[in-house]
Amino acid sequence: MDRRDFLKISGAGAVALGTAACAPKKNAPAAEEPEEMVIRTNPRNGDRVSLLGYGCMRWPMIKDADGNDIIDQDAVNEMVDYAMAHGINYYDTSPAYLRGQSERAAGIALSRYPRDSYYIATKLSNFGDNSREASLQMYQDSFKDLQTDYFDYYLFHSIGRGGIEAFNKRYVDNGMLDFLRGEKEKGRIRNLGFSFHGNQEAFDAFMQKYDSGEIVWDFCQIEMNYVDWKYADGVRNVNADYLYAELDKREIPVVIMEPLLGGRLANVPANVADNFKQREPDSSVASWAFRFVGSYPRILTVLSGMASMDPLIDNVKTFTHFRPMNEEEIEFMLTQAALIKEYPMVNCTDCKYCMPCPWGIDIPGIFKHYNTSITEGTFVHSSEQKNYRKIRNAYLVSYNRAIPTLRQADHCISCGECLMHCPQSIPIPQELMRINRYVEKLKQDTL
Amino acid sequence: MLKKIRIALAVIFFTGITLLLLDITGALHLWLGWMAKIQFLPAVMAVNLGVIIVLCLLTLVFGRVYCSVICPLGVMQDGIARIRVNALRRKKNRRPYQYKKEIKWLRYGVWAVFVAALIAGIQPLVALLAPYSAFGRIVSSLFQPVYIWINNLFAGIAEHAGSYAFYGKEVWLRSLPVLLVAIGTLVLVGVLAWTGGRTYCNAVCPIGTTLSFLSRFAMFRPVIDKDKCKNCKVCEHNCKASCINIQEHKIDYSRCVDCFNCIEDCKFGALRYRFAWKRSNSSVPEGTSEGTDTGRRAFMTGTAVLLTSTLVDAQEKKLDGGYAEIMDKKVPERTVPVTPFGSKSVKDFYDRCTACQLCVAACPNDVLRPSGSLERFMQPEMSYERGYCRPECVRCSEVCPSGAILGISKEQKTEYRVGIAHVNRDLCIVETQGTTCGNCARKCPIGAISMVRINPEDPDSLLRPSVIEEKCIGCGACENLCPARPISAITVDGRRDHLNA
Repeated sequence: MDRRDFLKISGAGAVALGTAACAPKKNAPAAEEPEEMVIRTNPRNGDRVSLLGYGCMRWPMIKDADGNDIIDQDAVNEMVDYAMAHGINYYDTSPAYLRGQSERAAGIALSRYPRDSYYIATKLSNFGDNSREASLQMYQDSFKDLQTDYFDYYLFHSIGRGGIEAFNKRYVDNGMLDFLRGEKEKGRIRNLGFSFHGNQEAFDAFMQKYDSGEIVWDFCQIEMNYVDWKYADGVRNVNADYLYAELDKREIPVVIMEPLLGGRLANVPANVADNFKQREPDSSVASWAFRFVGSYPRILTVLSGMASMDPLIDNVKTFTHFRPMNEEEIEFMLTQAALIKEYPMVNCTDCKYCMPCPWGIDIPGIFKHYNTSITEGTFVHSSEQKNYRKIRNAYLVSYNRAIPTLRQADHCISCGECLMHCPQSIPIPQELMRINRYVEKLKQDTL
Repeated sequence: MLKKIRIALAVIFFTGITLLLLDITGALHLWLGWMAKIQFLPAVMAVNLGVIIVLCLLTLVFGRVYCSVICPLGVMQDGIARIRVNALRRKKNRRPYQYKKEIKWLRYGVWAVFVAALIAGIQPLVALLAPYSAFGRIVSSLFQPVYIWINNLFAGIAEHAGSYAFYGKEVWLRSLPVLLVAIGTLVLVGVLAWTGGRTYCNAVCPIGTTLSFLSRFAMFRPVIDKDKCKNCKVCEHNCKASCINIQEHKIDYSRCVDCFNCIEDCKFGALRYRFAWKRSNSSVPEGTSEGTDTGRRAFMTGTAVLLTSTLVDAQEKKLDGGYAEIMDKKVPERTVPVTPFGSKSVKDFYDRCTACQLCVAACPNDVLRPSGSLERFMQPEMSYERGYCRPECVRCSEVCPSGAILGISKEQKTEYRVGIAHVNRDLCIVETQGTTCGNCARKCPIGAISMVRINPEDPDSLLRPSVIEEKCIGCGACENLCPARPISAITVDGRRDHLNA
């Protein structure tokens, strides 16, 4: 606890005492709530991991002197300091994140602390060149960038799409699977697992390998949140309740990614936000999503890509005053998920794997702007709508502000280059076309 | 009192027309569009007999009030001259002007050239001389960018505040030669106004000369009462038109623009604006034609230099490391100019257009820009590097005061087939890169592009675009959205049957 927190709490306590003396008060804050980050223990090796993990995929970028995008290292250091001070000890990165700069930034920020005070998770992200040489190089570079000689958690990055064949191509045929197993024996990798995006058939196949003893997965990273729990599309992505049950059955520790769907569950449609605020006016919308996933006991850590101090502070608050959900609350969350699914949002988590589009389209930017218009109520359903003129104007003006005209959806030529990169399996060209049709209707006033 | 009314009306007209030329929202023409339509030259081009007759009657009754109130270039000169007069007054100099003889050779020479150009259809020359065209290009080329920058400043603040009241608009150089001509015009008119008040109006302006034929017989004019006049010459020294000759107690009504300064200035009540048909005393001072024509020559050679300058597009790129670079588009070759929807034909359009730049300034899609070609210099043409003529937009047709672009509804747009798209298979990325595309066909607002197999024998071969000639109207959506850069693989050319439709 730092000085400021102490003052805040003691001040609040004093006020509470004062008012309590005057009038009986409901919900007076308990004098001393536990200020400890929730810790989960990895049953396989006793690792004591903070339930809130730091996803290093969304750190802020700034321009350097030459106009190149670089990570704002000062901001990263500040956030990592805050995270370390509040007990966050799991940091998940990848050689692919943030245009290849995430590992180095994480290395710089974390190397200021004793190596045994945090866990590093990184990945073999050989999406492009998956030759043995390139993969080995990537593996070696990760040590250098992260300034370490061992990885606590190492992942086969984003497997599932393309099924076993794709997995074999990236990791088996080039011998990397055997190599990494050897590395684990040497202690340079402590836990070997995978992150998953794909359909049920693929997932079953990976579980089959585990059951047959072919590959021992030390842990598994899946996409889980209250929307994906039952409302993943089922065709390209599996419902999280299935994934969780399968992993739980096998007692495999689970790491959660996309608990907020790239921030979309922090910015939900107005009616859903109302429902949350109605129940707990002082809890953030995002905190509901975190409590949902944190309530499942097999979860080792929940990764959140905290891009600035505000969400970091809010998340730390959620996980230091952690309240697991009861059954009624879980039901409530699933009802909200159903409401969210009624909106025509694009399932984009802003991971930017699709970028750069060879034709210059700002794919995640267009989706983000579109989704935001829906959650903020600036989406137009018909020209009969109340405030139609105002909302139409707001959409078109904000679209041009958010996306330079040359990078807007109307310039998409549907070449499909992006399709293979999207972990959410979004039919990107079709979605861009859908958004463009909507924009055209607004412009031509024919909605 | 008369002077105050004149100034008030002049400010209203000047502000209105300036705003009309600055406006980027298209909202003002509803309220102010008529101010452009009552300008003399546009009315002539539009064969707007009503306006012409009213303006002629106005001049015949009240003199050249048109020049003092309605004409924005005239009012602008008054503004410039006033600054100088005020400055001189501070130095106790109360004699900014004095009577000068009419420069006949220049005045009627320019007028003859103007009329000849009008009849011969040499529109660039007409636009060069006409006051409304001159004002239009000054405001649209020089002041609109400043206006947009200020607007963008507000847009930035609005964006910060999460408001959508303002939106940003890119400033780009539509045509360097026109910009230079606009600067030249402003400098020339400005210097003339600074040194000699209404010299431009009375020595160059062909509209002023036209109106002077009527104003010398005006029903109401300022008249000097010889009996009351003390020959103090206050009126003469404050006459912007330098047309009061106190020595002879005569006023050159062909040059008087009815500013009423003299009426207010005369302390002895010797000057009155009154009914003057009782006693015919129209006195036109004789002027001698002098041999040199340096002034006009300088003007013409100055612009001739500018005419030859090449068109340069603004090169502005926003680079972001996370995005693929996008090359700027270049203007493709067009054998026939593409004129706006609502233009009857290419010929009719260029015959009527006064090059006032109102449509260019109003075009929200950056399609219209002044031409750099000699025969259509400063007159607008369409090009699609920055945008295309969007189906819902008819703004140029709403603002055009001269009838070059007829007022049309967006539904009527398809009735005007101004251009036709052609595919250049050597540039089409389907053929050069073997990728699927079809963006032109998908985005064509009227479905005028078919996608056909590259190899008709092979049902699995890629699809390439083919234009359905009869359907295409020439809006440029295909050209603008074509991914091939810097020259699009599908480009619009003006239709030959639109040349003289």
